[in-house]
Amino acid sequence: MAKQYVSTTINGETTEFLCETQQTMLDVLRDVIGLTGAKEGCASGDCGACSIQVDGRLVCSCLMLGVEAAGKEIITVEGVARGDHLHPIQQKFLEHAALQCGFCTPGLIVAVKALLEENDNPTETEARYWLAGNLCRCTGYDKIIRAVMDAAAVIREEKASA
Amino acid sequence: MPKVVLSSGSSMQALTGGQTEFEVEATTFRRLVLELEQRFPGLGKQVEEGMAVAIDGEIFQDAYGAVLHPDSEIVLIPKIGGG
Amino acid sequence: MNYIDSNLKVVGTRPLRPDGVDKVTGRAMYSADTRVAGMLWGKILRSPHAHARIVKIDTSKAEALKGVYAVCSAADFPDIPSEEAFVGEGPMNFRDLAMNVMARGKALYEGHAIAAVAASTPAIADEALALIDVTYEILPHVIDVEAAMAETAPLLHADMFTQGVDPKPTKPSNIAKVVKFKKGDIDAGFKDAEVIVEGRYTTQPVHQAYIEPHACLATCAADGQVTIHASSQGHFMIRAYTAKLLGMEMANIRVNPAEIGGGFGGKTLIYIEPVAVKLAQKSGKPVKIQMTREDVFRGTGPTSGAVVEVKLGAKKDGTIVAAQQVLKFQAGAFAGSPIGPGCMCGFALYDIENIDVLGYDVVSNRPKVAAYRAPGAPITSFGVESCLDDLALKLGIDPLTLRVKNAAKNGTKTHYGPTHANIGFEQVLAVAAAHPHWNAPLPAGQGRGIACGFWFNIGGESTATVHINEDGSVTVATGSPDIGGSRASMGMMVAEVLGVPAERVRATIADTASIGFTHLTGGSRVTFATGMAATQAAEKVVDELKKRAAMIWEITPDAVEWRDGQAFPAGTNAGAFEPLDLATLALKAARTGGPVNAEVSVNAQGAGAGFGAHICDVSVDKETGHVTIERYTAIQDVGKAIHPSYVEGQIQGGAAQGIGWALSEEYIYNDKGQMENPGFLDYRCPVASDVPMIEAVLVEVPNPRHPFGVRGVGEVPIVPPMAAIANAIRGATNLRMPNLPISPPRLRAAIDQAG
Repeated sequence: MAKQYVSTTINGETTEFLCETQQTMLDVLRDVIGLTGAKEGCASGDCGACSIQVDGRLVCSCLMLGVEAAGKEIITVEGVARGDHLHPIQQKFLEHAALQCGFCTPGLIVAVKALLEENDNPTETEARYWLAGNLCRCTGYDKIIRAVMDAAAVIREEKASA
Repeated sequence: MPKVVLSSGSSMQALTGGQTEFEVEATTFRRLVLELEQRFPGLGKQVEEGMAVAIDGEIFQDAYGAVLHPDSEIVLIPKIGGG
Repeated sequence: MNYIDSNLKVVGTRPLRPDGVDKVTGRAMYSADTRVAGMLWGKILRSPHAHARIVKIDTSKAEALKGVYAVCSAADFPDIPSEEAFVGEGPMNFRDLAMNVMARGKALYEGHAIAAVAASTPAIADEALALIDVTYEILPHVIDVEAAMAETAPLLHADMFTQGVDPKPTKPSNIAKVVKFKKGDIDAGFKDAEVIVEGRYTTQPVHQAYIEPHACLATCAADGQVTIHASSQGHFMIRAYTAKLLGMEMANIRVNPAEIGGGFGGKTLIYIEPVAVKLAQKSGKPVKIQMTREDVFRGTGPTSGAVVEVKLGAKKDGTIVAAQQVLKFQAGAFAGSPIGPGCMCGFALYDIENIDVLGYDVVSNRPKVAAYRAPGAPITSFGVESCLDDLALKLGIDPLTLRVKNAAKNGTKTHYGPTHANIGFEQVLAVAAAHPHWNAPLPAGQGRGIACGFWFNIGGESTATVHINEDGSVTVATGSPDIGGSRASMGMMVAEVLGVPAERVRATIADTASIGFTHLTGGSRVTFATGMAATQAAEKVVDELKKRAAMIWEITPDAVEWRDGQAFPAGTNAGAFEPLDLATLALKAARTGGPVNAEVSVNAQGAGAGFGAHICDVSVDKETGHVTIERYTAIQDVGKAIHPSYVEGQIQGGAAQGIGWALSEEYIYNDKGQMENPGFLDYRCPVASDVPMIEAVLVEVPNPRHPFGVRGVGEVPIVPPMAAIANAIRGATNLRMPNLPISPPRLRAAIDQAG
C-alpha cells in the first residue's frame, strides 16, 4: 500500500514526511524524521517515555498515528530548549540531579512543560499526579518533584518580571 | 601454617571427603590453590573459578598475589557478584 | 595516595553532571537510537508454551516472504559444551546461556526465543514471524518453587543432578544445588533460647523493569569483523559472551557502548546480540533488534520468587542466641538463582553465636532469572527483618533497640566465614535512633516499621586513562558504562587529584577496542574500582607534570610541588619560579617529552560492605487494602559520597524499587504457565503519586581501602524496604503479612479474615 504524505509543524518547523498508515507518531519521529529524543519504553501508553505535545496537549506518541499529525503543532523534547539556552525545566533537572540513566527524562521534560503551561503553581500532590503517567525506575521521583517545584518558581518569576 | 576453612556447604565437602578445616603451607593465594588442587584434586580449580577468599576477614576475588601470613585464617566463600 | 582526611575542593560537592545537557535535550543516544543505511529489523519468535519439546521448525514460508533477508534458529548456532564459569554477576553456564538465547530441543518457558528473522521493515519482520511454523509437543509445566521441588514435578533438564548433596543423587531433579552455612551449634542455641519466633515468607518474581528495553545494532563486514552497538552494563561482557556463543574470536568483535536506560542487574548478560550478529552474517546487512516491553517481561530475567523460613531464638534480654533459615529460590529455566548471597546476607548484619542456613536453587518453567540489585539479599532480609520485628514484639523490646543489641561490629565473624572490618552498621543505627523520623509522634491510625539491610559490594578489574589535552583541559576515559551518573564522579576524582575545577574534566566511556578490559557496571563497583583506577591514573599524570615543570626549570622533579592545578617550586631553595599551570605545561608537552597521559588498570580488592536502615510510616485504607507510604527515611553508610546528589539518588531509587516489590509488583501466571501481565499497566511499578519524598541520610564511614574512602552504595537501598513496610503495616493493622506483594486485594482479604 502506498505511503501517506503528511505535512505538520514539529518544534516550530514545517515538516513533511511519508509514512505507512499503521506507523505510530513515535515510529515516525524516530525512524522517519530522525528525532530520537522520544523513546519507546512500552508502546502501550503506560510509561510516558514517548511524551510529546500536540497542539499543547500532552500525548503519548505511541498512542497516536503518524498520519494524525497533519496540520498540528508538535513539540518534542528537542524543541523545549530556548535556542541555545536550556529551558528552566531542563536547567532545574540538572541542578537537582533529577535524572540518573536519563531514559525517562525526555518524556518527563515534555510532561512537566505541559503541566507548568496549564498550572504554574502546582502543589507537590498535583505535580505527582500529573506525572503519574511518566515512569521513572531510577530516581524514586524525589529529585524530579523538587526540580518541578523549583522550575515552577522560576517560571512564575519570569512571568512576573515580564 | 595458614588455616583454611571451607565455608560454603557440602558441594566442596564432596571433594574433601567431608573435611572442612585444614592447614596448608602457602604464602600467597596462588600457592594455596595449587596446594589444594594437589591435596584434593578438583578442589583447587573449583576454588579458583567459583570462590572468593576471605583472608583474616578481608574478601579477595581473583587475586593470586593475595598474601597469607603464618597465622592467617582463610575462609573460602562463594564468589560475589551484584546487580 | 590517601585523600580521606584531606581538605577536598571538588569531591563532596554537587557540580552539574558532564553528560547532563545531552540527556535533558534528547541528544543522548541510547541503544535503539542509532540507525545505519541498509539496516534490517530483526525480530524474535517466542514460545507460547511454558514447557514443550520443539519437534520441528519450518521457516520456509518466512524465508520466501519478500523483504526477508535472513532467518535463524538454534541450528545456526554452535552447540556449546557445558562450561561453568563465574562471569559477570553470578554463576553462569555458557551452554545454559546459549540455550536461553535460542532454545535448543525444548522451550523451557513462555517467551523462550525459538527463531528469528531479519527484514526490511518491522511490519514485514512481524509477518515473517507469523509464517514460521513450529511443531510443539506440549509438556506438563511447573511454575511454583515448592511444586518444582516435589518428586513428581515435571522435569526440566534430564541431566540436572542436585549438587551439594552427598552421596551424589542418581535421579535427575529440578533442584540444581543445595547450599549450607553453619556457625556454632544451632540445636544448643535453641535449647538455650527463652523465646522463639518463627515465620514463613514468600516473594514473587519481580522484574528490574528498566524503562529502556534491550536493543542492539550489529554489523558484519565482509572480512568477518563484527561491530555491535548496544547499551549494557558491560560492553566487554557483550563481546566475550557473544564471541563464546557464536564460536568467534573476541578480537573480531568490537562493541560500542550506547547510553543505557537502566539496568539494575538485568543487563549484565546478553539476550539478543548473538542473534543480531547471526542475522547480520547471514544477510550481509546491518541488523537492529529492539525488544518490545512484552518481550522484556516474557523473555528476560526477573529475579527469583522464593520461600523463606526463619526461626529465631533469643534470651529475654534480647540477645539472639540461635538463628535458622531455609531458603528456596526459583532460578527460572536454568540453574543460577542468587541462593548463595540469599544464604549469606540475611544474618550478616548480626552477631549471633549459632546460625544454620540451608538453601535450594530450583529450576522451573519461567524466564531464567537475572541479577537484580543486591541479588538474593532483599528476599532473605524480607524474611529475617520481618521475623526480627515479631521477636521484638514478643520480647517487648523496641525493634531498633533489638537490632542495636545484636548488631554486627568490626570484628564480628559472619556465618559464611569472613570477619567484618571497617563497617558502619553501628553508626547507621545510631543515626536512625536519633533521627527526627524515628522520634516523631506517630499520627493516629498509622504504623511505623524499621528494617535493615546489607550488601558486600565488589571491586574487580577496571581500566582508566587520563589525558591532558593540548589546551590543558583533561579527559578521563574508562570502560564502565554510566548507569547512574558515575561519569560525574570519575571526573570529580580526577579533578581533585589534578587540582582543577570539575568543569575542566571531561569523562567518557570508551569502546572495547579503545581501552583496557573493564569488568561490568554492577555490584556497586564503579565508583570504587573504576574510581580507584582513575585516581591512580590522575596521580601518575601529576608525577609526569612535575617532571615536565622540572625540565623547564632545570631542577629535579622532587623539588616540584603540585597544588591547585599548578606546579610550584618546593620551597625557596628550589628557585624563584612562577607557577606553571596545566595549560602552560600542556602547550610545552611536545618539547618536554611528548603527550601527557596515563593509563591504569586495577583489580581492586578491599571493597567495603554497606549497611542500611529504613524507617517507614504507612496508613492503611481498611476498605480497599491500599497502603499509603506517609513518610520514608533511608539511612546508609556510604563511605565517602563523591557526588552526594547521585549517592542520594541511588538510595531513593533503590527504596522506590523496594516499595514496588513490597506493595504491587509480581509476575501473574495463568494455569498454562503464561504471564498475564507483561506490560506496565498491570505489572505495577511505583509511579510519582505512589511515593512521598524519600529522605536519604548519608552516613560517611570511609573505606580505608579506597583513596577517597569510597564504599559501593547502589545495591544496599533495595534490601530493607519490603520488611520496613511489612513491619509498618503490622503496626497499623496488627496483621503480619508474610507474602509479597502486599497488594490491596491481599491486605483487604487479611483484614476481612481478622475481623
